[in-house]
Amino acid sequence: MALLEVKNLGIEFPMRREVLRALQGVSFSLDAGERLGIVGESGAGKSIAAFAIINLLSKPGRINAGEILFEGRDLTGLDDEAMRDIRGNRISMIFQDPMMTLNPVLTIETQMIEVLKAHRNISDNDARKIAVEKLREVAIPSPEDRLKSYPHELSGGQRQRVVIAIALLTDPSIIIADEPSTALDVTIQAGIMALMLNLCKSHDVGLILITHDLAVVSQVTQRVVVMYAGRVVEEGPTAEIVTHPKHPYTRGLIKALPQEGTAGKRLNQIPGSMPTLDAIPDGCAFHPRCPHADDVCRASVPEIVRVGNQFSRCGKANELAEENSL
Amino acid sequence: MSGPLVETRGVEKRFDLGGYFWQQDKPVVRALNGVSITIEKGESFCLVGESGCGKSTLARCIMGLLEVSRGEIYYQGERIDLLSAKAMMPYRRRMQMIFQNPYASLNPRMTIQKTLEEPLRFHFPEMKNGEVHDKVEEVMTSVGNDPAWGTRYPHEFSGGQRQRISIARALMVDPDFVVADEPISALDVSIQAQVLNVMMDARDMRDLTYLFITHDLSVVHHFGTRVGVMYLGALCELAQTKTLFDTPRHPYTQVLLNAIPKLSTTELTHTPMLGEVPTAIKLPSGCVFHPRCPYANERCSREVPTGTTLDDGTVVACHAVEENRI
Repeated sequence: MALLEVKNLGIEFPMRREVLRALQGVSFSLDAGERLGIVGESGAGKSIAAFAIINLLSKPGRINAGEILFEGRDLTGLDDEAMRDIRGNRISMIFQDPMMTLNPVLTIETQMIEVLKAHRNISDNDARKIAVEKLREVAIPSPEDRLKSYPHELSGGQRQRVVIAIALLTDPSIIIADEPSTALDVTIQAGIMALMLNLCKSHDVGLILITHDLAVVSQVTQRVVVMYAGRVVEEGPTAEIVTHPKHPYTRGLIKALPQEGTAGKRLNQIPGSMPTLDAIPDGCAFHPRCPHADDVCRASVPEIVRVGNQFSRCGKANELAEENSL
Repeated sequence: MSGPLVETRGVEKRFDLGGYFWQQDKPVVRALNGVSITIEKGESFCLVGESGCGKSTLARCIMGLLEVSRGEIYYQGERIDLLSAKAMMPYRRRMQMIFQNPYASLNPRMTIQKTLEEPLRFHFPEMKNGEVHDKVEEVMTSVGNDPAWGTRYPHEFSGGQRQRISIARALMVDPDFVVADEPISALDVSIQAQVLNVMMDARDMRDLTYLFITHDLSVVHHFGTRVGVMYLGALCELAQTKTLFDTPRHPYTQVLLNAIPKLSTTELTHTPMLGEVPTAIKLPSGCVFHPRCPYANERCSREVPTGTTLDDGTVVACHAVEENRI
């Protein structure tokens, strides 16, 4: 049985005039120790899906369908008390901007001990020992001294390392990382991603990596879920998806990346842009931008179909699979 | 007219950080430390580097938005850094800028028509209304925008559309030279390709010269003719794009190239760079990169490297390369 299983999840935002459907029928699963990437452009619903898992949806957002099973238990019905036992304890979260995540007026020590004491009956001294150990694991130099620092005294890369250390404090079984390296420079980004990859492997922690960067996903994750306009459009083993994408959207995304051999030529752009939630087209949401769209695509939402090891929400997935894909 | 279109000679820029008037050495940020580049007509010159390396400062100095502390800037052989605001005016028409964030660079209270007309009416006050309208329509169409957008406001458009409007605004006055400061960093992947294509079309149609600033090396590979790599206010390496990617010479360039996330089917491997990024307030002595450089020796910590020109025209500021140690 999978460690985490999201089944047919739907999330809606009731607004004054209409109800916006942020997620519709989203399903994915994560095994223990597995690394899963969720990819999509802004507004695709990838962050909302992750927030829903740990019940951090902002109002008026609410889950209107489906279930989220963590170790077989449905998280959607849990009360706040029971949720607190899971959030930050069994499932940790890492956000994009470490300066926003850390409290600027508290030392690293206070913030780390606070997390441990919230979830365990533990003395300050023991908590401090665990904190030092975790800071060492994320390669912070002289961790004992760093405990006394305030977030502004650290560089961006170090701050993100501290955030990762905090996420690891309670030995969670899943870490959800929402664009953990996007706000950082490339050289620092590579270091952070390598660190997360190694920690997940050595601690056997499951990782849900949310990002718009297919390249990062291809280097870190084993499986990937591609989202578009609130739905999963493609899912499968990462290596297969980046080499043989089955959905026209994934294919378009990969082709749009500047790569070797494209120097100086026009890039293959996907025309148009992703629809906003109040204007999701009928049928397949991607059809206005899809080169293969026909009347069937415009009429009904395609089902997820299996193509080899991959799953694609495209009525023509099997036809397209036969073409040389990239 | 022969000679480079734009040339900087030993440009330095310092920002004072206050301090008291009796203080002997007031704190200064040394943002640029003697940067010399030449940009030939028709080039797409790219400047890359991590945040804080001075790439945007250099662009702003060239545009006359910042005063240089020392050094000279030439446009078609004329020195422009000492010109008065009035004497600078004709150059401002010929040099236009595209900014990173299209949400901040368009005036939210001006219709698109007004935004696009403004530079024309400013630089060509004698132009008739009809001519202005025709020009707006022509430029809008050329960047793939619907001229009917004119009556609408910036908030009605998506990021990619807004960036195309910014590009249109820069093209309104028929510039020769366009500085684009991270024009696609704030956009989604599928939209980045659209905007890059528009910029490349404009270059071909209007015979533009670009100074393209970015931290994204894969875009440079695709777009640039020559690349300058900057680190802490100094130019490390200046080379033809292909040469730089095939044979990076400067140790920092090598680190930077290794750090780009690439679509791959293998897991991320990463060798961390030594140390942390120093601040531009306390610059390291000698070569600014030496505390982090694996090839550094005693000379590197003492002497600031000057550019060495190699056989293939690449300019590298590195003692190790000069002495054939790497």
